[in-house]
Amino acid sequence: MVEQTVSREFVVGMAKGLHLRPADMLAREARRWRSRVEVIANSQRVDGKSILDVMTLAVEAGARVAIEVTGPDAGQALDAIGGLFERNFDEMGGAGEPADGEPSAADTA
Amino acid sequence: MKFSDFVAVDAIRSDVEAATKEAVIREMATALVDAGRIGAGDLDGIVRAIMKREDLGSTGIGRGVAVPHTKHPSVTKLVGTVAVSHDGIDFDSLDGDPVQLIFLLVSPPDRPGDHLRALENISRQLRDDAFCRELKAARAPAEIQHLLEAADSHGFVS
Repeated sequence: MVEQTVSREFVVGMAKGLHLRPADMLAREARRWRSRVEVIANSQRVDGKSILDVMTLAVEAGARVAIEVTGPDAGQALDAIGGLFERNFDEMGGAGEPADGEPSAADTA
Repeated sequence: MKFSDFVAVDAIRSDVEAATKEAVIREMATALVDAGRIGAGDLDGIVRAIMKREDLGSTGIGRGVAVPHTKHPSVTKLVGTVAVSHDGIDFDSLDGDPVQLIFLLVSPPDRPGDHLRALENISRQLRDDAFCRELKAARAPAEIQHLLEAADSHGFVS
């Protein structure tokens, strides 16, 4: 199969940014594919298959992230990872919402 | 952000007694109460909130490390602590391995950026295998404190 490189840019829509749970989802999805997955943000380029690496980017809400995928299944991998961004990693995302389902103030008062 | 910006040194524990996820979270939150960083009356609520977050997906991120956390309205500034379990604790981690090194974070609900920067600092420093190994081997809170201080002064600081 032919090695190819594809990339796309996304805006982080989650109110809490690319925090631990979405970073975990991204790394898990990236590991499903043979291609190399790199995440680029804040002038850093890291291994998308490593949750530790992804978390070091500390991407805040509204910031841009580029995903660059190189390998035999690059297109499919990018589509799958792009899907996570497109559905906001299954989070509500609106400011003031308990964005990742964490207990709100009311739950813990 | 540096470790010294959020780690309450008086709440660092080098050998937790707890053998379960909930017990270690309670032990660490109690250490924060004893250090005067969270209110005694908020202890149960904070432990419950952290466990609720764990139910959504373990914060055991692999490499024997976990980062249990929650937002809580009782804190006005991000506060956290570090604990080492020499026996290891089953944390339902992503890689299935027991956890020896735990960073617990409680952040104000309106400061998601601070939480992100604390995670960034923790994950960046923990990519250093030697740092990770030395923390897990620490036998006294002061040893952990010194390792964190060394990381703060030698590591890349954002």
